[in-house]
Amino acid sequence: MTGALLHVQGLKVEFKVYEGVLKVLNGVQMVVHEGERMGLVGEAGCGKTTTMKCVLRILPSPPGKITAGQILFHGRDVLKMTFHQVQRVRGRGIAMIFQDPTAALNPVFTIGDQLMSVIKYGSRDSLGAREVRSRAVAVLHEVQLPDPERILTNYPIQLSGGMRQRVCIAMALSTEPELLIADEPTTSLDVTIQDQILRLLNALVERRSTSVIFITHSLGVVREMADRVYVMYAGSIIESAAKEELFSNPLHPYTQGLMRAVPKLTGGGIAEGIPGRIPDYLNPPAGCRFQPRCPHAWARCVNEVPTLHEVGQGHEVACFRFQEQ
Amino acid sequence: MGILKLVGKRLVLSVFVLFGLSILIFLISRVLPGDPVRMALGPRAPEWAVQNMREQMHLDKPLYAQYYYWLSGALRGDLGQSLFTRRAVVDDIKEFLPATMELVLFAGVIMAVFGILLGAVAGRYSNTWVDNSVRIFSYVGVVTPSFVFAILFLLLFGYVLRWFPTAGRLSPGITRPQVITGMVTLDALVTGNFAALGDALWHMVLPAVSLALGGMAQEARITRSTISDNLRKDYIAAAKGFGIPERFVTLKYLLKPSLIPTVSILGLDFASLLGNAFLVELIFNWPGFSRYGINAMLRKDLNAVSAVVMVLGVVFVIVNILVDLVVAGLDPRIRLGAERGK
Repeated sequence: MTGALLHVQGLKVEFKVYEGVLKVLNGVQMVVHEGERMGLVGEAGCGKTTTMKCVLRILPSPPGKITAGQILFHGRDVLKMTFHQVQRVRGRGIAMIFQDPTAALNPVFTIGDQLMSVIKYGSRDSLGAREVRSRAVAVLHEVQLPDPERILTNYPIQLSGGMRQRVCIAMALSTEPELLIADEPTTSLDVTIQDQILRLLNALVERRSTSVIFITHSLGVVREMADRVYVMYAGSIIESAAKEELFSNPLHPYTQGLMRAVPKLTGGGIAEGIPGRIPDYLNPPAGCRFQPRCPHAWARCVNEVPTLHEVGQGHEVACFRFQEQ
Repeated sequence: MGILKLVGKRLVLSVFVLFGLSILIFLISRVLPGDPVRMALGPRAPEWAVQNMREQMHLDKPLYAQYYYWLSGALRGDLGQSLFTRRAVVDDIKEFLPATMELVLFAGVIMAVFGILLGAVAGRYSNTWVDNSVRIFSYVGVVTPSFVFAILFLLLFGYVLRWFPTAGRLSPGITRPQVITGMVTLDALVTGNFAALGDALWHMVLPAVSLALGGMAQEARITRSTISDNLRKDYIAAAKGFGIPERFVTLKYLLKPSLIPTVSILGLDFASLLGNAFLVELIFNWPGFSRYGINAMLRKDLNAVSAVVMVLGVVFVIVNILVDLVVAGLDPRIRLGAERGK
């Protein structure tokens, strides 16, 4: 595919633990085009964050290990780059907002120290100390934090959760990245603040026309934030389509289950869940990893691993129900 | 303001601690069997001389009165006379304490620097051969008392290999620099006597290293585990992910938060250096305070024992306050907590 900003191919990751080897990512495929807002949906623990940490090459290793695959950013494989080259992709090329801002900020350094380091090292151009500082103030202003000068001297514990996430957003945007990865940026926040943060994030990326990967487990959020949606299950992408197409015509049994699991305002009653649990990565089920929970599974699902197949205009699904033969 | 308040609070508490310690050591030294005056004067001294000395030292009075005399003296800076050296205990301390402080400070620096270094390298490269070697060293270091190291080093490096001197603070040919602080290295440095400085450091290597190894192993263990834990923290991944150079992330954003537990332990280990110095000084014939203390205990030299324990108590308290200050300096969560009056 040409014009792809980020192209992940066949990414496999294993985690070595005491009990054995966890096969966490099982051949992840995804493409993000320039200017696209991509939503990545899946249950907790399905490998969304791990995939993104691989993209930035910040997966803690050990225990994590990338065993196969390519991550092409502007056509160049991030996994084959030298340390120096990776460093120039980080920040200015790709920046990430983490799920929990409290964990993502260093507790023993001031916001100013951390933000200014990011601007100093992550920006395309080399800036003087004064420019770094003024850019830090400007970007804090942009994420609507009151009194940026004071925030610079504050430590993370002096800020509320919502303010911390604003700081993290400011850090991620301060280097003007081409691709922003937002990893469930509202999950750890109060419900009342979640909406504010989403709106802010949306406005900021729209103004800059930044490409975005928006990770979430909420289909409602995807509906608001994304143009195209990837659905992930147990370490692989199982369906991808444009947002409208996916919501009107979900094909994979897991995607259908997710749709049914969303509580509806009208209609009443409790939303259905998907029976069963996310599989054990130590001994993943043979064949399709969703097969033990799937109402449509048959022999082929146990014997073979389904791969993504295009079934309609830009609509791909990894399920044997939609493959010929 | 928060820092001053923190220190003030600790100082007030320390006064109570030292007061309690003084009562305790006073009682313990007096319930030990044996007659101190008889031991000091010898078995052939006439009874009237012994009686005289008892009265002079108020040993014929009840315990609470004895304590009152001791405390009122101590508050004026008079810790009484040593039964054995027949000098004011304060003068003895002035003579012997600098030698021990010099040794212990040197050992403390070795302990902190190498402990943190070993731990940091082991944590950064965890589960490699470096880490495993440090781990083995740590186990050996933690379980081996420092006097065992002292004897082994003395035999190996002192007698067999003859790399290091085996006793004392200076070689016979070297003139001792003018006494300013009482610490030979410091005095030599101040007076510009570099021959004496080198020689004094040379003499300190074996006793200081044998003292430092136990604490060093402890620091290495603690530092290793915090570093390897913190390496997996999101803030490290985030800092790297924003394009900050990895070496800079390690040296700044990883090291500072990882040092907090190490520094807390360092304070305790430093205090235990003073305790371990008792035997190490004896082995290396180091004319220090700990050796003075052990002799005082063996001879039931009451005032000297109380004084030694009180001085150790004061050093302990000071080290702990310093450690709290350093930890507060490293960790804003503690500093800000103190400011809020928590």
